[in-house]
Amino acid sequence: MCLAIPAKVVEISSNEEGVRRKAKADFGGVAREIDISLVDANIGDYVIVHAGFAIELLDEQEAKETLELWRELLEKLPENV
Amino acid sequence: MFRYQSEGLAKQIVAKLKDLKLTLRLMHVCGTHQDTLVRFGLNSMLQEAGIEVRPGPGCPVCVTTAREIEEAIALARSGKVVATFGDMFRVPGEKQSLADVKAEGHDVRMVYSITDCIAIAEKTDRDVVFFSIGFETTAPTPASVILHNPPENFSILSTHRIIPPAMEALINMGELKIDGFIDPGHVSAIIGADSYEFLSSRYNIPQVIAGFEPLDVLIAVYMLAMQIRNGEAKVENEYARVVKPEGNEKAKRIMNAVFEPCDISWRGFPVIPGSGLTLKDEFVDYDARKRYEDELSALSSDYKEPAGCRCGEILRGLVNPDECPLFGTMCTPQHPVGPCMVSREGSCNILLRYGTM
Repeated sequence: MCLAIPAKVVEISSNEEGVRRKAKADFGGVAREIDISLVDANIGDYVIVHAGFAIELLDEQEAKETLELWRELLEKLPENV
Repeated sequence: MFRYQSEGLAKQIVAKLKDLKLTLRLMHVCGTHQDTLVRFGLNSMLQEAGIEVRPGPGCPVCVTTAREIEEAIALARSGKVVATFGDMFRVPGEKQSLADVKAEGHDVRMVYSITDCIAIAEKTDRDVVFFSIGFETTAPTPASVILHNPPENFSILSTHRIIPPAMEALINMGELKIDGFIDPGHVSAIIGADSYEFLSSRYNIPQVIAGFEPLDVLIAVYMLAMQIRNGEAKVENEYARVVKPEGNEKAKRIMNAVFEPCDISWRGFPVIPGSGLTLKDEFVDYDARKRYEDELSALSSDYKEPAGCRCGEILRGLVNPDECPLFGTMCTPQHPVGPCMVSREGSCNILLRYGTM
């Protein structure tokens, strides 16, 4: 139920005041309309999509750094274990 | 795009966990974590390192009560169009599911998003009810829809629940000693890491928010093990690429504008104070429970769980699915007895699908 998957905002199709904000998002090659009313997303942003709504932006830099941080975490700990 | 699957790194993490020589029982409260744990065989890897990860009440479909399903069924029988997510479709109430009611000729629709339900309402003069389930991940979506002037023939039957009070209830029930929580990544995307602080400070319990790739979960377990080894109890965030300390402020504002907390029972649990979300009075027109009070007035206040079904105990982390006498025999995905066998996030369904804990 709480499954959410990343997608890239490629087009903002509706952005009027008082109307649900809609965008076209690319899910790894498949384009689909999503609702972006819950986030401040711009074209090019990665978002996490759940039940047709972007629920949060995906921090690209943070994502790229995650693996590196994990390696560091694991490497620096042997002496503590 | 971003993949976090590396067998080498996974083996390294498990080796380090083994070196720690701890015996731990952790709990997660998210069906998608259960899927990752079982699908990638992480449970058995972790068991070799002395670590057991039990699923708690993390499947929203599973914790929805028989009475709530009976409410949806009653509305369908009274001629409303009832729409809901696919996972909810086949969960039995006391005897029947919404799928059974549809087979009888009533109008029940399966939708991917509440926006599909709005599209249905816009094309018909009939009343359309969205059977609105889900944790904090999902609750902002009906809230947003309601704030954007949905059609007058549209309403929701809210069964939304919030996770931290259920975690607190589990601790207070004291049936199971839990050494640490793996907190749910997408619930946390909305509510933020800070929302769990009270549990660590009040109950001295370590917590790590985790993403859903196999390495996300293994690293979270490792972080929990390190907290426990170091005698710490705090909230750490492994899923920082999505989860912020404060969460999604905009989504929270929208959710809190439309919903207010209420006391609600969860399947397998007594009433948990403040763990449900009900529509505020100003949105009464969109509240199916108030709007169709007459149609719902004949419902009993107490519905029995199916005989022999152990979903309640499974949701409290007390038993594994294969300890239920109905598992895989009387209760299968084709002929489910309890909700944990229906939902793809239910522990029974996941175990039967992948074949091993």
